[in-house]
Amino acid sequence: MKNIRNFCVIAHIDHGKSTLSDRLLEFTQTISERKMQNQALDDMDLERERGITIKSHAIQMYFNHENGEKYTLNMIDTPGHVDFSYEVSRSIAACEGALLLVDASQGVQAQTISNLYLAIEHDLEIIPVLNKVDMESAMVEEMSDQIIDLIGCDKEDIILASGKTGIGILDILNAVVDRVPAPTGSLDLPLQAVIFDSMFNSYRGIIAYFRIINGTMRKGDKVLFMNTESEYTADEVGILQMDQVPQKELHAGNVGYIVTGVKVSKEIKVGDTITTVENPAPEAIQGFEDVKPMVFAGIFPIDNDDFEDLRDSLEKLQLNDASLVFEPETSVALGFGFRCGFLGMLHLEIIQERLSREFDQDVITTIPNVSYLAYTTRGKELKVNTPTDLPDPTQMDRVEEPWIVAQVITKPEYIGAIMTLAMEKRGNLTNQHYLTPERVELSFDLPLAEIVFDFYDRLKSISRGYASFDYSPKEYRAADLVRLDIKLNGEPVDALSALVHRTKAQSFGRRICKRLKELLPRQQFQIAIQAAIGGKVVARETISALRKDVTAKCYGGDISRKRKLLEKQKKGKKKMRQVGNVEVPQKAFLQVLKLD
Amino acid sequence: MVQSIIQEIALQKDYLESAPLKSIYFGGGTPSLLTQKDLDTIFNAIHKYHQISESVEITLEANPDDLSLEKLQQLAQTPVNRLSIGTQSFFEEDLQWMNRAHTAQEAKNCIQIAQDQGFNNLTIDLIYGTPTTTNEMWKQNIQTAIELGIAHLSCYCLTVEPDTALEHFVKKGTKEAVDEEKAAQQFEILMQQAALAGYEHYEISNFAKPDCHARHNSNYWLGASYLGVGPSAHSFNGHSRQWNIAHNAKYIKALQEGQLSFEKEILTPDQQYNEYILTALRTKWGCELQKISTWGKGHEQYFLKSVEPYLKEQLIQERKQTYTLTSKGKLLADRIAMELFI
Ligand SMILES: Nc1nc2c(ncn2[C@@H]2O[C@H](COP(=O)(O)OP(=O)(O)OP(=O)(O)O)[C@@H](O)[C@H]2O)c(=O)[nH]1
Ligand SMILES: [Mg+2]
Repeated sequence: MKNIRNFCVIAHIDHGKSTLSDRLLEFTQTISERKMQNQALDDMDLERERGITIKSHAIQMYFNHENGEKYTLNMIDTPGHVDFSYEVSRSIAACEGALLLVDASQGVQAQTISNLYLAIEHDLEIIPVLNKVDMESAMVEEMSDQIIDLIGCDKEDIILASGKTGIGILDILNAVVDRVPAPTGSLDLPLQAVIFDSMFNSYRGIIAYFRIINGTMRKGDKVLFMNTESEYTADEVGILQMDQVPQKELHAGNVGYIVTGVKVSKEIKVGDTITTVENPAPEAIQGFEDVKPMVFAGIFPIDNDDFEDLRDSLEKLQLNDASLVFEPETSVALGFGFRCGFLGMLHLEIIQERLSREFDQDVITTIPNVSYLAYTTRGKELKVNTPTDLPDPTQMDRVEEPWIVAQVITKPEYIGAIMTLAMEKRGNLTNQHYLTPERVELSFDLPLAEIVFDFYDRLKSISRGYASFDYSPKEYRAADLVRLDIKLNGEPVDALSALVHRTKAQSFGRRICKRLKELLPRQQFQIAIQAAIGGKVVARETISALRKDVTAKCYGGDISRKRKLLEKQKKGKKKMRQVGNVEVPQKAFLQVLKLD
Repeated sequence: MVQSIIQEIALQKDYLESAPLKSIYFGGGTPSLLTQKDLDTIFNAIHKYHQISESVEITLEANPDDLSLEKLQQLAQTPVNRLSIGTQSFFEEDLQWMNRAHTAQEAKNCIQIAQDQGFNNLTIDLIYGTPTTTNEMWKQNIQTAIELGIAHLSCYCLTVEPDTALEHFVKKGTKEAVDEEKAAQQFEILMQQAALAGYEHYEISNFAKPDCHARHNSNYWLGASYLGVGPSAHSFNGHSRQWNIAHNAKYIKALQEGQLSFEKEILTPDQQYNEYILTALRTKWGCELQKISTWGKGHEQYFLKSVEPYLKEQLIQERKQTYTLTSKGKLLADRIAMELFI
């Protein structure tokens, strides 16, 4: 065990974690030259297409230290985007050390700080790495000072590195061995292994990734999952290299995987502890903090018959994305579906994409909202995750909405624009702190509902990219919240209802009505699109009746072409949802939210 | 080309059942380019392989600028007994907007000359919905046709077809798109004015004086068999359709080797049903329940169920188990057909 080191790579988004990981894998010959590609650990198509890491990725390497000893290094590359911070926190729990990367031209950014704090909370040994020093714009002196300020280390502790050119790679590996403590578990105690991730494989069933705290796990052992209280046989255990490599046994301190042949998603939970049936541990290791979803939205199958398949897909996806939560929901317009919680809009988008790519489930997503608390006149507290949950105004005393504390790090010249944006979003400045004369940290209190949607994009554009942003939940405060309903020819479309702040309701309603006007096909009759709060219409658009739809020429050669065209229309029509007498294409549900 | 056409007529002699030919149509492209001698050659070939009905309708398509006095005199010597003239409009503005080669004056003149040469069975094409055409101009166009004593009118709404120059201009914004409301109004004007003048609205775009409906085109809508000859020509025999290769040189080359180059599609019962709905609904003959039942009880029930709302909205009317579009329904023929599709 003294020759094992477990560490993760953490940083602000795009500071070069995955690229630096490539160099470590290369140096330790974990990956063959032939198989090497950029960001080799980002193995999901979505990650490669978008150039971001979505999933944490654990991998084992061997390193021969100059002291003559051979070390087993378990590394976890983590994502940088805020929406995937739950991945980071679980990875941290499986490690004793962290490489904290800072881009040498960008310096300390918002997620540098938040991820650092996560690591410190778990007592991880922090190895600061100033990365991308090969770049012309690198400011080694200045950025080193920022790091020293941030973590209070010595200048000599900072490793200068480049994932591009390979500078500093050996220094990093040496530092991991020298500075990160070896794991402390005991081989003699009963087995305790914490599951920090899992995935579904259609041939092998569920594969769980774990870190062994105490004891030994052997192939063929009868194992017990302590929280779900289910027993299985360890059909296969092994270590995670570029491929999964089966082993006879794995010991305390190590990271590995287990296959039990279980295919039912519910039976394996991230955060659970595995022990043996024969010699069970007295208690489970404390699991992970529950995720706190920031945004909720309904997800519905395009075809109602696919509801059970969708449930199955979500359960399987949840195995690989512990931050996804969902429960069944019904909609008059869309039928049976699920109300899902996400960590942010990117997360929502990624889930939708993964459902489509990995499970062939194309879905309709409803207007997202945050989670509110409603208090009835009778003093009952209700959680409101969906517009229909909001009690009738006559029975409601008040509503509270979640507020967050936001940290924005930027250059002084953008302070004005950022404050204007924050005010527009109903926020107020609580602190302003110069990190250096060139960098300032602004703290705001902001309603969560205002920042989950387009805050980050707007922030990036007004600061030309020179602002990073992080947030954490603070408290619930009273909110002047209304439910905005969308009606088509007087018939409400529940799937398009939204919870909005009263001051924003009208403009939001107008945008939705306008967008729907573009998206709904004309029919033989006029269609009135209305946005209403209670009985009061606050926005309206009209789609005029279809006046004329008839082909001029229909002779010999035209007939088959025209038939095919109409047959195609007919097929599209079959997929439409009926709201009263109005036909709504799926496209409308999918695109109505793309408001800009 | 004429040689290849002759060859194709020979090759395809058995495509149609032996019943005498009721109509022959020279159309598509510029058949007016055919000389008198070419036409003679073709007629000889047709005679050789087919019986021809006594009352055969033989139509030739031509544009006004092709129909000189001389040309018309020549045509009068051939068996052609009906001319389809691409008049489009009697207004200069419209013709210019449509990039037509003829003038408004030529449009009128050639009709009169044709009539002088004994062509009494004339049909002309008129276009409405063009940005330059006001409702008033459109009324006058119809009136002119009526006054010229034309027996048959084909009136088409301007359509922006995909991949045409017009589509390109409309997309670029250099030409206006068709204004749906105006097009609808002009269609309504057309229906009214034609009815008053004694024309029967026997197909969405076709109007005829009694007994003057295009026998040839009506076949398309009644699902009768037809044989198309020449590049890109379509043939149909009730359950399969085939169309010749469009490329002239390849068409000729294949026939030189004694072969016909064509593609063929066999219609499934559902596709046959859909085509029947699409075409029959456009005509005064309408969709007959009797005919629909030949596809089976299921199709019949499906039809009855899906037609119901349209009967209620008076877009379709029923008489003796035959379903036709009302005037209101004619404006929405495609939409309704789509709804009735299986
Ligand atoms: N010049 C230079 N560019 C680098 C270096 N490391 C990474 N990059 C580039 O920086 C971008 C981001 O690199 P990644 O390795 O994907 O960053 P990451 O931190 O893993 O990003 P996330 O996982 O999405 O947070 C890519 O375009 C890399 O090519 C470096 O050392 N030098
Ligand atoms: Mg990455």
